Order: sequence, then structure tokens, then C-alpha cells
Amino acid sequence: MSLNVENPSLTAVLAPPPLRLIDDQGRAVPQDESGGFALPAVETLLGLYRQMVVARRFDVQVTALTRQGRLATYPSALGQEACEIAAVASLVPQDWLFPTYRDSIALLTRGVEPKDILASFRGDWHSGYDYQQHRIAPQATPLATQALHAVGLATAAKLKRDDTVALTLLGDGATSEGDAHEAFNFAAVWQAPVVFVVQNNQFAISVPLDKQMACRTIADKAIGYGMPGYYVDGNDVAAMYAVISAAINLARNGGGPTLIEGLTYRIEAHTNSDDPTRYRKAADVDLWRSRDPIERLEKYLVAQGALTDEVRASILAAAEELATTTRECMTEQAVIDPLELFEHVYSTPRAALAEQRAFLAAELDGDAAASAIANEESAR
Amino acid sequence: MSPQQTLETGRPVRAPESLTMAAALNAAIRDAMVDDPTVVLFGEDVGPLGGVFRVTDGLYAEFGETRVSDSPLAEAGIVGTAIGMAMYGLRPVVEMQFDAFSYPAFQQIVSHVAKMRNRTRGKIPLPIVIRIPYAGDIGGVEHHSDSSEAYWTATPGLTVVSPSNPADAYSMLREAIASDDPVIFMEPKSRYWSKASLALPVQTEPLNRAVVLREGTDVTLIAYGPTVKTALATAEQAVAEGLSIEVIDLRSLSPFDDETVGASVRKTGRAAIVHEAAQFGGYGAEVAARLTERNFFYLAAPILRITGFDIPYPSPKLEEYFLPTPDRILAALSTWEWS
Repeated sequence: MSLNVENPSLTAVLAPPPLRLIDDQGRAVPQDESGGFALPAVETLLGLYRQMVVARRFDVQVTALTRQGRLATYPSALGQEACEIAAVASLVPQDWLFPTYRDSIALLTRGVEPKDILASFRGDWHSGYDYQQHRIAPQATPLATQALHAVGLATAAKLKRDDTVALTLLGDGATSEGDAHEAFNFAAVWQAPVVFVVQNNQFAISVPLDKQMACRTIADKAIGYGMPGYYVDGNDVAAMYAVISAAINLARNGGGPTLIEGLTYRIEAHTNSDDPTRYRKAADVDLWRSRDPIERLEKYLVAQGALTDEVRASILAAAEELATTTRECMTEQAVIDPLELFEHVYSTPRAALAEQRAFLAAELDGDAAASAIANEESAR
Repeated sequence: MSPQQTLETGRPVRAPESLTMAAALNAAIRDAMVDDPTVVLFGEDVGPLGGVFRVTDGLYAEFGETRVSDSPLAEAGIVGTAIGMAMYGLRPVVEMQFDAFSYPAFQQIVSHVAKMRNRTRGKIPLPIVIRIPYAGDIGGVEHHSDSSEAYWTATPGLTVVSPSNPADAYSMLREAIASDDPVIFMEPKSRYWSKASLALPVQTEPLNRAVVLREGTDVTLIAYGPTVKTALATAEQAVAEGLSIEVIDLRSLSPFDDETVGASVRKTGRAAIVHEAAQFGGYGAEVAARLTERNFFYLAAPILRITGFDIPYPSPKLEEYFLPTPDRILAALSTWEWS
């Protein structure tokens, strides 16, 4: 028996085509079909192309490192570059980004060093970059929880009369969580300057979207909260950039929140421990590979004469340089002090924690003494 | 420090007045908001209504909607947005309305409020106060009388406190709001209307310390929040039986004041803990275990727990059979061998 809604009157309504500015063939969409959004300037698109190429190279490199067993895990965003890069490129320095575990390339694009991104995936510490410097919250693992943090921060900025906007990235599965509902509702009621970008990559690990919800699109839900919602081709970086930028401008000018759904596809597995052949067909993956966001923009830029061989070569060189940096940072072992475990739990020292710290310190001293004796014996 | 010592805020000491615990909490929030413009208050019904227990009475009128606001009815949303506000430099004070209504916020509290400082290596502190009216003895219907403290005390990263009287209510809430750590501030509902004459601002013992409320020589009776009154009544009643009971008000459940409580237990050689929450896996289990581990050779008898039964909190007509009473406590103490 299926527990899914079988009522055709609810589910047979087909989703409209997503908003796009550049089509699958790399051609600009006629203006009357562009939903009132202007195609970004060629220089802007070239910048987005460069960021996507570099981000993909990083993603592929980190996935390779994970397969080599050098990282504890890495959730790839391969195929989702248009959503990730458009979101970050739309922000200005005073804005805040609230990412999830899948959004490492968003961190990279906002300027976080590879070694700081990988600190958590290497297992050095739970999170490892400078949040205030980059204005990026720690990557959230509990789904949709960070959306509420974004709403709170945006509201605080509004109370302080700062023109800061918060943008949070969510996945399609996360929209089923109660925290997503609460975040959408709080944002709309409080008219918080926040933008929700849902990357609908069509799978929550193995569960397809039609088992998450019975409505046409995630963007449709916006009307229920009283905010604008946009259903966008998430593999068209031009459309994602145009819509997200407009939403950020609206938020910055007191217009409140916007919900944006980018329809895309998770090309890689959920993480390295996942086996996607158990729940989706290779043909589907191939279909979505043929809708690649980078290739689409490339066709457009080449046709515009903006992407010369020279420019392409310089972008690829930058991407390779980053890949090298990423590999190299894996060879440097981070200094890990077990006694730091006790340092960041409370602002004021606790006697009981001091006791446990002393216990571990004594254990470490004992280990050091034991290994010194062993070394001495083996030297004889 | 004496209980009537004043805070060094430059604030003039007001004339003594008779204040309920609810009024003392209200004064603490008001004074904190006057002294620190980053303090904001929100939750369900805390605005024009002044909270269902009137703890936030008058604050909306005094500070306006930007600093005191009614939120949508969603506890995860209240705590989750408080996290974002704290990240941006505010000091949110939020209300959970009733103990059992804090459970929708469990994930935000346990996975984020408690862990943010740790996972960011100290770079993102969260100075948030989560006020939770808790415990029973008010004739409340289902879900309005839970004692949820053990959920929070089992979570590293949280500071968990509970005042038992109006002076502590004021002083501890001021200190909680000033703290850079998140504080679960558990307010015993049955004590909201208890009164004391206070000259505000009052500063009592530091937030992390237990206090000996009544000295005694035979037994250390440990209580917090709603059961402090019960423990004091028990000590009074025990005088007629020739039993000298020392009463400790823990005030802070996490951290636990091993120094103060341990010294008392080593002096009396016998200890019992009283709480409303169920016994199995309850807070008293931790107290009994750690006191035993640290003071075993001073103990003349096993440490007892006099608590609610291991059942869901009962309906109003049955709660009198559930709650620890002086008679029940004295009966428990009499099960020890007294030589």
C-alpha cells in the first residue's frame, strides 16, 4: 500500500516550466518569456562562469580525496554550481550566508580557504573558518535549522537599522522539516530581510521529491506564507543570479523575504557512503548531465564571443591551481590538542570540566611516558 | 555576599517593597533592558498581555515593539531566531510559556544553542536566556506541569538554573542575561506568587553556587526550585522529632556546586535529594552518584531520592499523591538505620 496522496485532483496539476533566461542550447530566452527579469551583462556572466568552473574543480578534487579515504566525508554539489554560485555572487560583504553541509563550494566562492573548509571534513574540529570575517554561519547539518538562524540574524539587522540581508541555502528534503515552515512563517510575519534559496536537487539521500510533498513546486508554498516565490531553472545561472539579486534588493529595501526554488540535480551520490544505483536510473543521471549548467553558459558565452580560448585557458589554470592548493593542504597536518576539547564549552571555567581535563592530561602524560620507555627499550 | 548586597550598576537602591517572584522576574528583565540596549524579549503572549503568568507585564508598553514582541506560536522558531539574533550581537530573552511546550524547541536547544560555542571554537558565543516556567502544584491540566530539567542538564554546553524565591529570581535572572553562555532559566510556577520584601536591585549569591538555607547537623536535604519550600517545611517539622536537617537550595543544576553540597554532606554524613521530576534517570540520580563517589567514606547511609513517581505528571485531582511532601520525606529518612 502506498501512503502517498493518490487524489489526481491534487497531484495531476503539472508544474509550470521553470523560469529561465538562457535555454538548454545556450540561447537567450525571448524577453516576453523571461518573467520580467533582464539577462545579466556578459561580463557578469563571465565572472559567474569562472566561479562555477573553479568551484567544480574544487568539488571534483575533494570528492577524489574522499574516495582515497583522506576525508571523513564530503557531500558533493556537482551539477548544482549555478544555484550555489548565483547565491553567493548576489551577496555583498555585509550580508550573511547560512549554508548546509552540501554548500562547501558556496564557502569557497565567498573566499574561505580550502584548508578551512576541509577542517570539518578532515575531522579536525566540527567547523573551521572565520565566521565573522566571511559572514558565513557554520555549515548546518540538522536540516532547515539554519533557516531560522538566518531569519533571526536578518531580524536583528533590521532592528539595528543595518542594511544587511541574510541568505540561506536549503535542500528539497529540508522543506519537509517543521523548522523550514517556521522559518518561512517567521520571516514573512516579521518581514525579515532574508532570502531562502531551495536547491531542489530532487533527492533527499534516496527519497524523491514526490514522496516529500504533494504540491506542484516548492516555490508554490510561498503564497501560503505571504511572500513572493519563484520557480527557477536551477541549472541556468543567469536566471538564478537575476532572481536572487532581485530578491536581495527587495529584502534590503524593506520588502521582506522571498522563497526561490532552483530546479537542479544532484549528479554525485549523497555522500561517499551512499549508493545511488539502488534508487535512481543511470539514464536519469545522464539526462541531467546533458543539462550541465557550466556547459550551457559556455555555449552562450562562446556565441557572444566573450569566452575566447585565452580566457578559457586562464580560468582552467586558476582551477588547476586551486586543485593543487587543495591537495597540498591535505598534507599539512593540523595541530590537534586533545586538551582543547574542554576549552570552548562554556565562557566561564567549570570545576568539573577542569577535573576531567586534568584526567585526560594525566592519561596523555602516561601515554607519553609509556611510549618514551618503549622507545628507549627498542633503542637498546 | 549577603543576600541584600546591591549590584554595582550605579542604579539607586529602591525602597523595600513586597514583591512576588513573578514581579521580581519582571523587574529583572526591565532593569536589564534599561541597562543594556541589546537585550530583546520575545515569545508567545509576552507583548501586550504580559505573558500568561504576567512575568513580562508592562514591558511592551515601556520598550515598544522593537524590543518586546509577540512571536508566531512556534517554539523551535522562537529559539532558532534567537540564535540568529545572538549571532548579530543581541541578547535575546525568550519564553517557552510552559515546560512541555519547550519540547518543539528541543533540537534547536540541544543541537545549536548548546553546541555553537564549541563547534565554532569559541568564535560564536550565544548569550541567550530561555525562560521555562516548570513543575506542577498549580492544578494545571495535562502538559502544563512537567519538570524537564534532566533533559537540559544532560546536555553539555547549557547552564541550567532554577530560583526558589523572589530575591534569587531577580539576581539570578540579571546574571543569566549578563552571561555570555546560554542559560536555561527554569521558573517554578508554584512559586510565582510567593512574596518577599526586597529593595531592588538585589544581588544574592553567584549564579553557579548552591546555598545552605538552614543549617543542621543530622541530614543534608537537597532541593531546588519548587521543592525548596517543601524541604524547609520538612526541616521545621523534623525539629519536633529531634532531627536537625540542613537544607540546601541548589539554585544551579548545571554546573553543580560540589564544593558547597559536598561540605555539607561530609558534615552531616547523610543526604537526600527532593525533586518533582520522576526518579528514574532524573536529576537526583546524578546528585546521588557524584556525592557518593566523592564522599563515600563520610556517608553513614545511602543517599535517598524523594521524587515524583516514575509516571507521567498526573491530572489536577491526583497531583497531591504525586508530589513529595514533608511527611513523605520524613518517612523516607526514617528508613535509614539511625544508631
